[in-house]
Amino acid sequence: MKLAYWMYAGPAHIGTLRIASSFKNVHAIMHAPLGDDYFNVMRSMLERERNFTPVTASIVDRNVLARGSQEKVVDNITRKDREEHPDLIILTPTCTSSILQEDLQNFVERAQIDAQGDVMLADVNHYRVNELQAADRTLQQVVEYYLNKARKKEELPAEKTAKPSVNIIGISTLGFHNQHDCTELKRLMADLGIEVNEVIPEGASVHNLKNLPRAWFNLVPYRELGLMTAKYLETEFGMPYVDIAPMGVVETARCLRKIQQIINAQGAEVDYEEYINEQTLYVSQAAWFSRSIDCQNLTGKKAVVFGDNTHAVAMTKILAREMGIHVVLAGTYCKYDADWFREQVSEYCDEILISDDNGEIGDAIARLEPAAIFGTQMERHVGKRLNIPCGVIAAPIHIQNFPIGYKPFLGYEGTNQIADLVYNSFTLGMEDHLLEIFGGHDTKEVITKGISADSDLNWNKEAQAELNKVPGFVRGKVKRNTEKFARERGLAEITLEVMYAAKEAVGA
Amino acid sequence: MTLAQEPTALTFDCETGNYHTFCPISCVAWLYQKIEDSFFLVIGTKTCGYFLQNAMGVMIFAEPRYAMAELEEADISAQLNDYEELKRLCVQIKRDRNPSVIVWIGTCTTEIIKMDLEGLAPKLEAEIGIPIVTARANGLDYAFTQGEDTVLAAMAHKCPSQAPVAEAEKEERNAISKLLNFGKKKEETKAEESEYVDHPPLVLFGSLPDPVVTNLTLELKKQGIKVSGWLPAKRFTELPVIEEGYYTCGVNPFLSRTATTLMRRRKTKLIGAPFPIGPDGTRAWIEKICSVFGIEPQGLEEREAKIWESLEDYIKLIRGKSVFFMGDNLLEISLARFLIRCGMTCPEIGIPYMDKRYQKAELDLLEKTCQEMGVPLPKIIEKPDNYNQIQRIYELQPDLVITGMAHANPLEARGINTKWSVEFTFAQIHGFTNARDILELATRPLRRNNNLKELGWEKLVKEEAQV
Repeated sequence: MKLAYWMYAGPAHIGTLRIASSFKNVHAIMHAPLGDDYFNVMRSMLERERNFTPVTASIVDRNVLARGSQEKVVDNITRKDREEHPDLIILTPTCTSSILQEDLQNFVERAQIDAQGDVMLADVNHYRVNELQAADRTLQQVVEYYLNKARKKEELPAEKTAKPSVNIIGISTLGFHNQHDCTELKRLMADLGIEVNEVIPEGASVHNLKNLPRAWFNLVPYRELGLMTAKYLETEFGMPYVDIAPMGVVETARCLRKIQQIINAQGAEVDYEEYINEQTLYVSQAAWFSRSIDCQNLTGKKAVVFGDNTHAVAMTKILAREMGIHVVLAGTYCKYDADWFREQVSEYCDEILISDDNGEIGDAIARLEPAAIFGTQMERHVGKRLNIPCGVIAAPIHIQNFPIGYKPFLGYEGTNQIADLVYNSFTLGMEDHLLEIFGGHDTKEVITKGISADSDLNWNKEAQAELNKVPGFVRGKVKRNTEKFARERGLAEITLEVMYAAKEAVGA
Repeated sequence: MTLAQEPTALTFDCETGNYHTFCPISCVAWLYQKIEDSFFLVIGTKTCGYFLQNAMGVMIFAEPRYAMAELEEADISAQLNDYEELKRLCVQIKRDRNPSVIVWIGTCTTEIIKMDLEGLAPKLEAEIGIPIVTARANGLDYAFTQGEDTVLAAMAHKCPSQAPVAEAEKEERNAISKLLNFGKKKEETKAEESEYVDHPPLVLFGSLPDPVVTNLTLELKKQGIKVSGWLPAKRFTELPVIEEGYYTCGVNPFLSRTATTLMRRRKTKLIGAPFPIGPDGTRAWIEKICSVFGIEPQGLEEREAKIWESLEDYIKLIRGKSVFFMGDNLLEISLARFLIRCGMTCPEIGIPYMDKRYQKAELDLLEKTCQEMGVPLPKIIEKPDNYNQIQRIYELQPDLVITGMAHANPLEARGINTKWSVEFTFAQIHGFTNARDILELATRPLRRNNNLKELGWEKLVKEEAQV
């Protein structure tokens, strides 16, 4: 058992449902107790989806517990097949069905006899994989299923498209800014003269999956979702793939150069250098921003980065390499893919944290006292408590992270959005400076160091009064440093003397 | 509506149970806030935790007094010892938060693997010195608000069975209510006692926000009825004394297990009344309590009339319109009864579970209300089937659908006004004073859509090809 307040990645079935509901005309049936269909609420609320989420539950109740599902699951599948005529129904196991160990594959086979559409069992184990891994696996499973089907029917297209073309793999529902990223990627491909062959899974029809091999290569913008599919297509069809997330100016250029290399190897003769140069210097504002005097104020400021692999890695590189910000800690909750993360960020940060324990991350932030955090909604809460600004860069996210306005993180427009996010997250340079001179206006109570530790030290009246004079935005820091100093020396009471001694000792 | 014959009595039907509702563990979201010294430990899987943090938005609170005991594969296959694992976590909770009670919420998983929470709790309670309450609020058996029912039923066992003898201890226990008296002298409090009629002790049950508790308590006080205690109280240490022969009365329609426990195990007498939702419900609730104690209610009729008068601006908006309840929180019967009294019609009331005994008085009032308002009796659909309901909604085109969040946006996009049912669970809807809040909620979609009417943006989905 694990004591958990918050979790970063959801349970496996969420990943499967994200894939199912991203496709057009695919329905998921969960083998789950009443109330487990909250995915519908998330999709309907967070994405403000206009259509009914194509997810229903085959309810596991007391009767199922006693006698097994028997006909229930099969009936629910065939009923949904009649009602909505989906192309595919994905039977989705949950934590409950994992323990019940019913033979879901058998249900699928029986339902397939009567169903007009295809029926499939999602091959995910609740206790082994999380949301992200399950999504990755389900997408690959669906793609493989339809390519095999097409191959059997001899419907696989033999030829590549005439012009260079790409499949964009991994855009999905409830993904962080996925819709905007997708638009930006399509624009980018159009600029490069590359046709977009298919985008999967978002908005795709399973009937089109057989066309995947027509593309010259696959682009997998997110590390977490789509890589399995890309690797499968590489093995089966020799399709090369690009798995460099075009996030940030340098990485976008790297991604484009890789694409150039791949399509030139297949006979295209393209040179993107001029495009990259033009975009970098004059179109995207991010490179200019790095050079401007605004960004000068950020030099050497401390930041903590935490999120999924894709966003935390890209953000760490942008902050360190493109803005001169000091990343004191970079971390990810994708424990299953930790090696890749370490390899990517090790030269750009002081410390690496691989953990899905929110408390551990909170404590690390409290200890490091960065000037800004770039993390998930949970780090934003930590930031609120410690009075440190936070820019949200990765899921888990709230409704405000599904903006209506155009806010990609990828591509050249993405670099502009990120520059804004970074700049707005740090206290504005001049404001910062003025507050320091005039003593600030913040009279909020100070908070203690550590996320659950209470202060055991007593501040005497004078010291407390002195502390209150310290500008609000650094008061917490002064308090913590003084207490640390006192604790190290075994002092129970903090007097003015202790305060000044601490200041001299640690430069508080 | 084109009804061939109008039914003369309420009809009950039961569908497939394929409907959307929240998992009953969601009760921790409001109960941990209500019971200030509690800590809720949900013993379940990632599925449960993800639900709480996402769907319930519990995440907006920086430091909740709830956590998951997340079961891992080794727990499921019994490679780990449940007792030792729970002990480790509860000791940690005690150290970090020092609550007065730890509430264990059993889930589907603990049911299926048959983890004996009720058996483990007393042992661990003795070992770590903190009371442990066990509630099986799982999706195999219950829906949404019924979660509170399971917790309160479990808490009913923990209520002291005798008034504490020592006066000092009593003061300790009532520290909060003493604070509320704002340092009134003892004589004054004594004097207040005489304002009450002499009646057997009455304990109310159901978790309500504190302002509503005060409001309903004062409402009864006007009739000379003293509320001896409330299950749950603001703090676990203030749970009311329940002795044999006490009277109890519920304030919410989903508390049937709690009612049963109070009757059978604590030997109290249950006052079966309609629920104090809407001015009609509140009046009927007070009248019923008065009648049990042989009190002639004072000034209720005028009070109700006055409230109705103040609601007229809202009622104008809904009079003659129809409302459809898809059903997910068990408040449906009471809300429908109130809205029908406001002049609405109601073709269908979906409800997850219908306890005809516990809700008897409410059902009678619903029937009476329909007759008095001259509207057809609604169909009550237990364990509804959301797919079928949506077909019926397309057919009936009701003016308002009260539904869960999974269906609200898609229905709005199809030009159908909706109100999220969940809001009724969290808003203050009890008593005379809050009747306005119910209508504020119910009329909001109509008011909003009136504002937008001129724009011609009603159907915002492309016409789908009907197969």
